[in-house]
Amino acid sequence: MGAQTLYDKLWNAHVVRQEADGTALIYIDRHLVHEVTSPQAFEGLKLAGRKLWRTASILAVADHNVPTTGRAQGIADPIARLQVETLDSNCAEYGVNEFKMNDVRQGIVHVIGPEQGATLPGMTVVCGDSHTSTHGAFAALAFGIGTSEVEHVMATQCLLMKKSKAMQVVVEGALGKGVTAKDIALAVIGRIGTAGGTGYAIEFAGSTIRSLSMEGRMTLCNMAIEAGARAGMIAADDTTIDYLKGRPFAPQGAAWDQAVAYWRTLHSDDGAQFDATIKLDAAQIKPQVTWGTSPEMVVAVDGRVPDPAAMSDAVKREGAERALRYMGLAANMPITEIKIDKVFIGSCTNARIEDLRAAAAVAKGKHIAANVKLAMVVPGSGLVKQQAEQEGLDKIFVTAGFEWRDPGCSMCLAMNDDRLSPGERCASTSNRNFEGRQGPGGRTHLVSPEMAAAAAIAGHFVDVSVD
Amino acid sequence: MNKFTLLNGLVAPLDRANVDTDAIIPKQFLKSIKRSGFGPNAFDEWRYLDHGEPGMDNSKRILNPDFVLNQPRYQGAQILLARENFGCGSSREHAPWALEDYGFRAIIAPSFADIFFNNCFKNGLLPIRLDAEKVDALFKAVEATPGYRLKVDLERQSISAPDGTVYKFEVEAFRKHCLLNGLDDIGLTLQHVDEIKAFEAKHRAAQPWL
Repeated sequence: MGAQTLYDKLWNAHVVRQEADGTALIYIDRHLVHEVTSPQAFEGLKLAGRKLWRTASILAVADHNVPTTGRAQGIADPIARLQVETLDSNCAEYGVNEFKMNDVRQGIVHVIGPEQGATLPGMTVVCGDSHTSTHGAFAALAFGIGTSEVEHVMATQCLLMKKSKAMQVVVEGALGKGVTAKDIALAVIGRIGTAGGTGYAIEFAGSTIRSLSMEGRMTLCNMAIEAGARAGMIAADDTTIDYLKGRPFAPQGAAWDQAVAYWRTLHSDDGAQFDATIKLDAAQIKPQVTWGTSPEMVVAVDGRVPDPAAMSDAVKREGAERALRYMGLAANMPITEIKIDKVFIGSCTNARIEDLRAAAAVAKGKHIAANVKLAMVVPGSGLVKQQAEQEGLDKIFVTAGFEWRDPGCSMCLAMNDDRLSPGERCASTSNRNFEGRQGPGGRTHLVSPEMAAAAAIAGHFVDVSVD
Repeated sequence: MNKFTLLNGLVAPLDRANVDTDAIIPKQFLKSIKRSGFGPNAFDEWRYLDHGEPGMDNSKRILNPDFVLNQPRYQGAQILLARENFGCGSSREHAPWALEDYGFRAIIAPSFADIFFNNCFKNGLLPIRLDAEKVDALFKAVEATPGYRLKVDLERQSISAPDGTVYKFEVEAFRKHCLLNGLDDIGLTLQHVDEIKAFEAKHRAAQPWL
């Protein structure tokens, strides 16, 4: 066999059978489940009288609907409560391992999978959630699926799919001060567009990527879906292996050594062919801020809001005009003059310990600006929260005027009570700035944790790459 | 799943790119544990002037007269004409459920987001990719012609316009077969139980830590 990409290796290791038209039956190793996209799948299973194929492959957690305050009182919204209770009862009935709301291990599904070592290199990982691409940071083939496919995996441990094309995004060099994995992700999306990766699995490679921590790699792979790619992935190396050692679901003893030997083969071979290659120079990437209602509507913090009149493509121009109306912004306005009302530090993109440390370092000894009505920090899991508290990060945030909350998806998608009011403008470390995403009429600017914390302190965007 | 064979349907145009699944069905409706009943809340934030929540009587809400699907000429539309990257964002299958429940059976666009595209086929909804120029021509024709209908023939993989133009489209053989016959994927996969078991045994022997 010739030189293979990482994606080729992961794909080939999971093909159960292949149809004449190229559709393959792919075996799934890990199935993560949350309360929003699973009830109809469990119901379908029940109606058809089917069983779970491999119960031990499933790890379940409620994250989208859970409150981030007053958890001891339970969930006030009866519809949300029913959905979480439905997950609890389905998991109890089928014997599925679930971290319940008040378990310290509870958190955002894409934070807890890696944290527990439930995501391992070489695995196929699926979840009824588009940000499943996150787990590709561990040299896993990980992608989001719909509820029908959730049911399909529950019943058969397999999925029917066609192989995607392979794209390599190579980033070389050292990142500048205040520039993070989030900025790489936004810069890539700005370059190729939100549909640039459609039909592809993206592998992130290059010296910049190799120097990222696992947290940074997860941030980057998390946002692959915002570039249109169902899967993002990064080769396994010492950073990957060191992160996993000793985690509860990771292999131990002789099995660990055997696993590590296999994991070290999970990289693209020299000379492997990609269908597309994109190159970025890390030194050219500045802190990014989105200005519109799609993650591709992004500029560097020292830039200006674009002028739709200068856009030649009619569909793009109309899209930009609509976005500026929705966002309440004027063309050519400097990004650093945009004032904010709220700040959200959290989500499956940026709610890990490294993210909280970075935001706390900016907030330490300062206070949020008078025009900032609410700045909230929502840790990605109970264990992240515990770790942050051991490091005193909670005190730094609270002293600076931030609210310190319980873990969950929170205001990334505003399914619970954490949301923007119409017209409110938010600096957010989440992944989507769609209309209404953080609350009806809410205006979202996607940024890194450092940029969000700095905006909270200043009351407007500031360039964290300059002193 | 509903079969899809032939469709002669009224066309409604949604002239904006990057329509995301949050727009197709906002998050508050995702709290439902059912897979039906999402149609009245399809495009909720664009479609109504008031804010929608689960459990509201949608027939009493105020429609946004500027939203294209609220125009009388597009009532009863079964084909949605859309722009680039339709269905991007969240994997929520509630989006195709909402579109199907609203009455759509086919969506024509230059491109679709992968997960949404995949989810459509599981729900008897046919997503059709056509070149941007052809989609553009269809937008012009729809807007100029009240009552504009298209005939979609999945077997022949063709769309026939009233002026006699025929647009051919691509669809993967396996998906086409499932849609034409209304087949349940799980039932099909379970025909291969022995192969899955054999694969699983080999896979777990090679990677016993899994």
